[in-house]
Amino acid sequence: MSAAHSIAEDDADGPLYAASKKVYPQSVSGVYRRIKWILLCVTLGIYYILPFVRWDRGPNEPHQAVLVDLGRRRFYFFFIEIWPQEIYYLTGLLIIAAMTLFLMNALAGRVWCGYLCPQTVWSDLFFQVERLIEGDRRERMNKDAGPWTFQRGREKLTKHTIWLVIAWWTGGAWVLYFADAPTLVRQLATLQAPAMAWIWIGILTFTTYVLAGFMREQVCLYMCPWPRIQAAMIDESALNVTYRRDRGEQRTSLKKATALRAIGEHAGDCIDCHLCVAVCPTGVDIREGSQLGCIQCGLCIDACDSVMAKIGRPARLIAYDTETNVDRRRAGKANVFNPIRARTLLYAIVIALVGGIMTFALATRVDLDLSAIHDRNPMFVKTADGSIRNGYLIRIVNRASADRTFEISVEGAQSPQLQAIGVEQAANGTLSAEVGPDQTRELRVTATLPGALNRPPSQDIAFRVTDMASGRTAVARDHFEAP
Amino acid sequence: MSASESSSHAPEKDAHSGTATTGHDWDGIKELNTPMPRWWLYTFYACIVWAFGYWLVYPAWPLIWGYTHGFSGWQSRSAAMSDVADLHALRAPMNEKLAKASLSEIEKTPELLAFARAEGGAAFAINCAPCHGAGGQGSRGYPNLNADRWIWGGTLDQIATTITHGARWGSDPDTHPTMMPAFGHDGILKPTEITSVADYVRTLSGNAPEAAANLDAGKKVFVDNCAACHGDDGKGNVELGAPNLTTQVWLYGSTKADIVQRVIVGGGGVMPAWGQKLDAPTIKALAVFVHSLGGGK
Repeated sequence: MSAAHSIAEDDADGPLYAASKKVYPQSVSGVYRRIKWILLCVTLGIYYILPFVRWDRGPNEPHQAVLVDLGRRRFYFFFIEIWPQEIYYLTGLLIIAAMTLFLMNALAGRVWCGYLCPQTVWSDLFFQVERLIEGDRRERMNKDAGPWTFQRGREKLTKHTIWLVIAWWTGGAWVLYFADAPTLVRQLATLQAPAMAWIWIGILTFTTYVLAGFMREQVCLYMCPWPRIQAAMIDESALNVTYRRDRGEQRTSLKKATALRAIGEHAGDCIDCHLCVAVCPTGVDIREGSQLGCIQCGLCIDACDSVMAKIGRPARLIAYDTETNVDRRRAGKANVFNPIRARTLLYAIVIALVGGIMTFALATRVDLDLSAIHDRNPMFVKTADGSIRNGYLIRIVNRASADRTFEISVEGAQSPQLQAIGVEQAANGTLSAEVGPDQTRELRVTATLPGALNRPPSQDIAFRVTDMASGRTAVARDHFEAP
Repeated sequence: MSASESSSHAPEKDAHSGTATTGHDWDGIKELNTPMPRWWLYTFYACIVWAFGYWLVYPAWPLIWGYTHGFSGWQSRSAAMSDVADLHALRAPMNEKLAKASLSEIEKTPELLAFARAEGGAAFAINCAPCHGAGGQGSRGYPNLNADRWIWGGTLDQIATTITHGARWGSDPDTHPTMMPAFGHDGILKPTEITSVADYVRTLSGNAPEAAANLDAGKKVFVDNCAACHGDDGKGNVELGAPNLTTQVWLYGSTKADIVQRVIVGGGGVMPAWGQKLDAPTIKALAVFVHSLGGGK
């Protein structure tokens, strides 16, 4: 692309730096609006209520279904309990999340942006509060353009107060995921909550208030990476909110269109009423095609359908449709929709694969773990009688909610003699250590081989702990070093 | 210089963008006057206002004989000391338990052992590692604390005593005072006696003697001069800090030259009396940590 061309494009788009225009989305009703309300209630309902859901894990364990216990370094999700060592589950979760986004994208565009993104959901809620108090689009535009009156001041005050209450509640619910919810609620009510809770509520109150109340579409346009990723992944076969220009053009007034149709000529269905632009929460004109600002919420579909009903033309001039179909209709061919494509198949396979691996890992997760770390310095010690001794730190992880006693043994490496600091050796030479419920115990262990032995400089060694009661074992591999 | 020739003082507007220009013209190229964004400017002003407040509240300006202290009385040093006090307060309950428990009780109680090893490990890294090494592996002249040959004894109590009072540390009356005479430098032994005793000492730990070695002469020198501290059998004496010479662990090396040198110069390493610097629970923790390295008796 030549430089001259890009300058010409700039000219067409206007100056490079334009002041943002405030968006006053108009209220609208219809199928997609209803879906959005339902999803708003469901997602916010989950967010606000989930911390209060209880889950019985037996004694010594918290009873909260979803809890991030930072102090004890545990993450609880219903029947799942994750320790910090198992943070790799998060990797799987993130892969699944990314692939689900990609799959949604390949099937039906930015479903996430339009219906599920917190920015969209909270903005929607804030819009509604605004409309209830200050009136719909035109009323608010007039009020904002007009002088300050007592009524306007009162309305603004009420609006911002309600926004702040919602924002505060958002932050308040957030902190409940990090502590026992009923206890923390009581602490908050009696002003006994820890400072950290107040700080986080403050931060989230601020971000919710600013992002949903003031920045709104600016977040999607300038802050969020997803519109850019989306632009790179857009696909002509995906269902996107599409202005069916094959049907809408040439735009003309209703009167002229009626006249044209009366004499049997083609007239576009779009009567250029701009209602699709007025209802748009990000202020885009969908008729210009797929674009960065469009979050694909479908509200313009509802708006356009209401107009089409009034002028007696078929609905869905704007609809979830594909670029391919627009071209096909223009060429006089029938619509096709092919959800099973190489892309969607690949995403689905990756999701199924990673999900399968994670499910398997969770299902077969053992409540016992062992790790061993060899001393780095010194690698080995020559003792008084010339024997070679290696030092290790072994860590026994007991994820069961009961005390367990483990026998510690060593395998391989010419069977060195094992000793553990602070643990008495039984008469028959076995070492056993008790580990508390849901705890780890670190033991310093030494392994000694006689000096006269013919040893390689490094040989494999394996520590094994065996639960005396159940016989369940865990193994940690390491090395025995010698001169 | 078309801009300077212009008679009007009103800023010239760029036709393309509608933005005012700075009025300068460089060979037909003009610069648009795009001011800093307002939010940025106001943040900057707010920072200036903040700075004045900061100067009043916190130590800020250097003066010739000092500095302005600020109303709050805040000092980075006192803040650090208060953090240290917080840490001590945090550790106090466990340290109290450490202070009450005997050393062997500490090692037998998992909770206390874990705490002592953590606290002892931290104290070791700061105070002991410079000589004994990060892992207590020691080096020539600095004992390996992982090994099981101890100059001043390897029980928990003996280790604690050595840490508290040090070795050959003049300002502590209870320090381990004894040291090896400089048999060579002080003319106590003749060079031939020194080489023969070195040959003999090497055989105590099972090393094959050199072909020309006169072990009988060496043994006689040993019994007359060395056995008083190291014992007739060479097994040493932890009361005197006389190392056991029959083991495979050598502080200054096991070659004949190493031994000859030690006999000539004598002496011994110096260790500070840590009781002068560290509190009792820390020394207990250190003793447990060192004992738990694996060589403890």
